[in-house]
Amino acid sequence: MTSFAYTFADSATMLRRNLKHQLRYPSLTLMLAGFPIVFLLLFVYVFGGQLGTGLGGHGAGGRGAYLTYVVPGILIITVASAALGTAISVATDMTGGIIDRFRTMAISRGAVLTGHVIGSLLQTLAVLALVTGVSLALGFRPDASALEWLAAAGMLALFAFALIWLSAALGLAAKSVETASNTPMFLTLLPFLSSAFVATATMPAGLRQFAEYEPFTPVTQTVRGLLTGGPIGTQAIAANAWSVGIALASYLWAVRLYNRRRAATQN
Amino acid sequence: MTINTSAPAISARAVRKSFGEHVVLDGVDLTVTEGTIFALLGPNGAGKTTMVRILSTLIAADAGDIQVGGHDVSGDPRAVRALIGVTGQFSAVDNLLTGEENLRLMADLRHLGRQAGRRRIAELLERFDLTGAARKPLSTYSGGMRRRLDLAMTLVGDPAVIFLDEPTTGLDPRSRRTMWQIIRELVTGGVTIFLTTQYLDEADQLADRVAVLDHGRIVAEGTPAELKRRIPGGHVQLQFAEPDALHAAAAMIPGATPDDQLTLQVPGDGSVASLRRLLNELDDTSIDVEHLSIHSPDLDDVFFAVTGHATTEPATRQEEKVLQP
Repeated sequence: MTSFAYTFADSATMLRRNLKHQLRYPSLTLMLAGFPIVFLLLFVYVFGGQLGTGLGGHGAGGRGAYLTYVVPGILIITVASAALGTAISVATDMTGGIIDRFRTMAISRGAVLTGHVIGSLLQTLAVLALVTGVSLALGFRPDASALEWLAAAGMLALFAFALIWLSAALGLAAKSVETASNTPMFLTLLPFLSSAFVATATMPAGLRQFAEYEPFTPVTQTVRGLLTGGPIGTQAIAANAWSVGIALASYLWAVRLYNRRRAATQN
Repeated sequence: MTINTSAPAISARAVRKSFGEHVVLDGVDLTVTEGTIFALLGPNGAGKTTMVRILSTLIAADAGDIQVGGHDVSGDPRAVRALIGVTGQFSAVDNLLTGEENLRLMADLRHLGRQAGRRRIAELLERFDLTGAARKPLSTYSGGMRRRLDLAMTLVGDPAVIFLDEPTTGLDPRSRRTMWQIIRELVTGGVTIFLTTQYLDEADQLADRVAVLDHGRIVAEGTPAELKRRIPGGHVQLQFAEPDALHAAAAMIPGATPDDQLTLQVPGDGSVASLRRLLNELDDTSIDVEHLSIHSPDLDDVFFAVTGHATTEPATRQEEKVLQP
């Protein structure tokens, strides 16, 4: 086998290992899915009636209109929430004994991280499908064509890929599993400071500028535009640029941390 | 990626390693002949684990020339990794998988292929008496079973050099004997074993050669028999009710050294003749002994013999090489 074939085979082995973990212990996956579903119910049934009337341009107003507005935001918060799992599973591996075994074997570099990231990506897509299903059951009726659905899924997957690498790096940087489960929490806060739940135009100056420029807004607007119509414009460019940028920077950071950890561990 | 037959399985020259200010290895030299068991003996904190981590490519030494199977550890770690197997002090198993899945994981990472992998896994499960528990999650495994699985995982790729870091620490006596038996069988297959231990009897039972590591230096090396010749054959401990009695006895018995205010260490092998002589002498001078105990040599005695200090004491710079009374 060539070295590329080995890299592929080792990464596939590590991916199988992570998927087995997820299937055997589904509680983490369910927790990651539960969080956005609770938010969906909360925002639609508790706040939705009031928030819907303030939407203006988005249809007739009310709860139904707010459901249409908020689902893309909920899908984004699903991505952020699912990414938390990566930090936990990476940190669990790094603080356990098995990582030392992997490091004394002739395994291609990066296979451990690739296995985690691809495993988390598949997990996120499964959770996204579940949340979309719940949204449809609640009456979410997007007007997207098959192509638009595909584009929205692609956008969500790319953004998920970026946040998962970031979460993997945070998991590597953490000294313990407890720390690793806390540091990526800010990812679930950022959607609230974006156009996910309310239009940024309603926010005070300062916060509004922050909300308009942070990555969650262009990603939300792109997915919203694709699923429920409405302007996308330059948002798609910003969304893709942010995703690729975060993915690349986090990847480099994660690989650096992984290699440095190898050198620094004592006893 | 083969063993260069003219070279020793492991050779290390002037290995140094510090963590910050703390010097862990201070110029270690050792050579392990192919197909033998080598034991690195030392107390906790002596640097045994650090040495294993360096030899197994986990961490880099600050200085020194280290070859495993003829390959340079820092220059060609991949070639070294293809040859070695490591079972560390802390179990390196995947707790979320079953025993069989753990072995399957190793077979896949060693690129054994489906057929060969399955055969090897079945063989190892059988050999390590894990067939019955193969499909059970690791949470149901006992300490001994975990350790056996850990070693089985190491063996999946048929390593030529195996590192075992304290393979029996924390095991009950029966599991310990099983582990010894497994290690002995391994070496008959031609592999080289480098093990660390805190137990003199373990080194004695298993090793062809033993090196004693103390504060990052090798303070003695040889066959177990050579090493034991340097140790006094044990001692008798006498406990007294009052310090006066101890002083009187200490003045009378040659080679006796006070342990503390009330206990005296008398060199001797604990044979009936020597004990009778000792008790008669004490009786003649009517010194009252409260309690008597006989100690066979242990790691402490080795240390006392080769370094002049006990395992727990900090190193003194002027080490008297042999303090044989």
